Amino acid sequence: MTANGWLQILAFAALVGALTVPLGAYLHRVFEGDRQPLPRLLGPIERFAYRFCGVDPAREQDWLTYTASLLVFSLFGLLATYALERLQGALPGNPQHLPGVPPALAWNTAASFATNTNWQAYTPETTVSDLTQMAGLAWQNFTSAAAGIAAALAVARGLTRRGGPEGPATLGNFWVDLVRATLYVLLPGAFVVALFLVSQGVLQTLAPYREVTTLEGARQLLALGPVASQEAIKMLGTNGGGFFNANSAHPFENPTPLSNLVELVAILAIPAALTYTFGRMAGDRRQGWALFAAMALLFAGGVVPAYWAEAHPEPALRGLPVTAAGALEGKETRFGIAESALFATVTTGTSCGAVNASLDSFTPLGGMVPLVNLLLGEVIFGGVGAGLYGILVFVLLAVFIAGLMVGRTPEYLGKKIEAKEVKLAMLYALLFPALVLGLAGWAIVARPGVSSLGNAGPHGLTEVLYAFASGAGNNGSAFAGLAADTPFWNVTLGLDMLAGRFLMMVPVLAIAGSMAGKKTVAPGLGTFPTHGALFVGLLVAVIVIVGALTFLPALSLGPVAEHFLALHGKLF
Amino acid sequence: MRVAWIAARATLLSLLVLGLAYPLATTAVAALLFPGRAGGSLVLDEGGRVVGSRLLAQRFTSPAYFQPRPSAAGGGYDPLASGGSNLGPASQKLHDRAAADAARLLSANPEAGPVPAELVLASGSGLDPDISPAAALWQVPRVARARDLPAARVRAAVAAAVEERDLGLLGERRVNVLLLNLALDRQFGAPPPPAR
Repeated sequence: MTANGWLQILAFAALVGALTVPLGAYLHRVFEGDRQPLPRLLGPIERFAYRFCGVDPAREQDWLTYTASLLVFSLFGLLATYALERLQGALPGNPQHLPGVPPALAWNTAASFATNTNWQAYTPETTVSDLTQMAGLAWQNFTSAAAGIAAALAVARGLTRRGGPEGPATLGNFWVDLVRATLYVLLPGAFVVALFLVSQGVLQTLAPYREVTTLEGARQLLALGPVASQEAIKMLGTNGGGFFNANSAHPFENPTPLSNLVELVAILAIPAALTYTFGRMAGDRRQGWALFAAMALLFAGGVVPAYWAEAHPEPALRGLPVTAAGALEGKETRFGIAESALFATVTTGTSCGAVNASLDSFTPLGGMVPLVNLLLGEVIFGGVGAGLYGILVFVLLAVFIAGLMVGRTPEYLGKKIEAKEVKLAMLYALLFPALVLGLAGWAIVARPGVSSLGNAGPHGLTEVLYAFASGAGNNGSAFAGLAADTPFWNVTLGLDMLAGRFLMMVPVLAIAGSMAGKKTVAPGLGTFPTHGALFVGLLVAVIVIVGALTFLPALSLGPVAEHFLALHGKLF
Repeated sequence: MRVAWIAARATLLSLLVLGLAYPLATTAVAALLFPGRAGGSLVLDEGGRVVGSRLLAQRFTSPAYFQPRPSAAGGGYDPLASGGSNLGPASQKLHDRAAADAARLLSANPEAGPVPAELVLASGSGLDPDISPAAALWQVPRVARARDLPAARVRAAVAAAVEERDLGLLGERRVNVLLLNLALDRQFGAPPPPAR
């Protein structure tokens, strides 16, 4: 660990903190304001989009219509991406003349990008054409991110709108949220970030792969493509699917420490800003800051041990005539230890899943940090949108538990939380571990599951656990030693991702629908305030305890066992 | 039914705008503003021949050239198979591989001390173009001997090739192996081709 390393982490945190208010206020204006930004320029485009799609932007939707719109739109995206992958061999934009993607892999990939996961069972350089990358994968990066933001807004509206006895139980209009998220936020943001990345050396070309003769006279075939346009939305949309197999470790995706910083900020900026937006929607900014504070605490709780652990050399180097300043297997020289540990923490606290180093080669405890981040439900700023609605579920649980402790009906933002909402919240909270542990349990006793493991011993279990946590959490990063392009893994992980996205999103939207109709009561003397340090502490405790109670046994058999065995010189 | 109809049209519109217009517009603007970088940061030698990308590592075997970190990308430094070894931190395979590499490096660099670990540890991309200044300096005696040069002159070439942290803060100090080797060739002439 070096002072410079800590300084880099602090500088990054300060940058995200500084962006939270202006960006959060901007998002509030875009989605809840009466006048959207740049009305002369973007207003006509927005209205054209509504006309083209046949949408009446003034018409609000109840939760069922809102959810149905989101689900059908996602389904069409999935089908279109699948078709594109299968047919790419006959389509233009394929300078390498790659054949169609095989069915199981195409299914897995389409499910992966429609759910904002971006799990990569495929090797991009030799599997998908430029057209599939642009019009399939990068396109889904935009739409799945916009759908996530929309879902978060719907949930926020359900909780914050002042409902009366006959008040409207609507959550906004999905199509309006979708168009605005794309037009005012993701598209301009991605364009600017993409050009900055090109200035750092990220590729953006439609040329075929280039063969060169190296200085020593060997031949090297350089894989090229339209990388920057995809890289930008991959970060901004917390998608994480790399243009190349090595993802953001690849110098063509992430050439300099400066591009690395911009990619990191792009991941966290919108999720962090949405907490401020939420505070504005609640009419009480402290409500947003409380969520921000809980997320920031959990973030610090991840990045500090990750950096500490990675600053120790791999146990496998013990006894060798080498000098090591940290665990460098799988890490890039230009990023070093600090930026690799920071990236791993950021990408798994959100649902991004981009990586700038091989997580599989992290030290046992350093690699446990990203895994724990996934298992806590990716609420440490979280995915665009998914992070906000994820932590709001935990907020309801925290308020409920606080209510139980003092024997009062729990309420949040003046609305009573009743049996129905708590049941739906528990459905959300239980589905995730059921998916992860159930599928991981199956995989480690099934021959087609185990035969894909890339590492022996407890590390192999960690690979399996990580894969299903990454899928269900819609993260998409991997302990990539796992050879995941097999029918077993493609199909199970495809289902894992779809269930983790939509089966979890629906109960949350149902909560929003139910809350939207409730009347708001003024806070009384016995109301538990949800904006102070006490509440932040309680919220963090609920998140950690729910996660720990569920996953501690699995973690002890994986990374914890590996750490202690390696400490005693055992290699696998 | 109405929802499906809207969704179909929204799918089509977003596909055209986000899937085609946006990347094509980005490509056009990038080609205008940063033609070299958008095209892969290709590097030319003195004769104007493209010898690679400054961002991608390539294999160097001659003792007269500085060598990059080991690569797990395909058969090594293969841009079609970017990636790391994904071996766990307590993996026996990792231990054996690093031990073999360390022994090889020590016998090729008898005058140097213990091996900087990064020279036996593969990068995440398998295409890491850089090594740390320490790992470059460690190779100086070998390169100087192979080129029949005083070590001080090679050391000066390394010092001139060191890239500082971005903005004085971000990342690590580093040396681009390909650019350093090109600079050596420019200053001292190309070494004889390695025996194959």
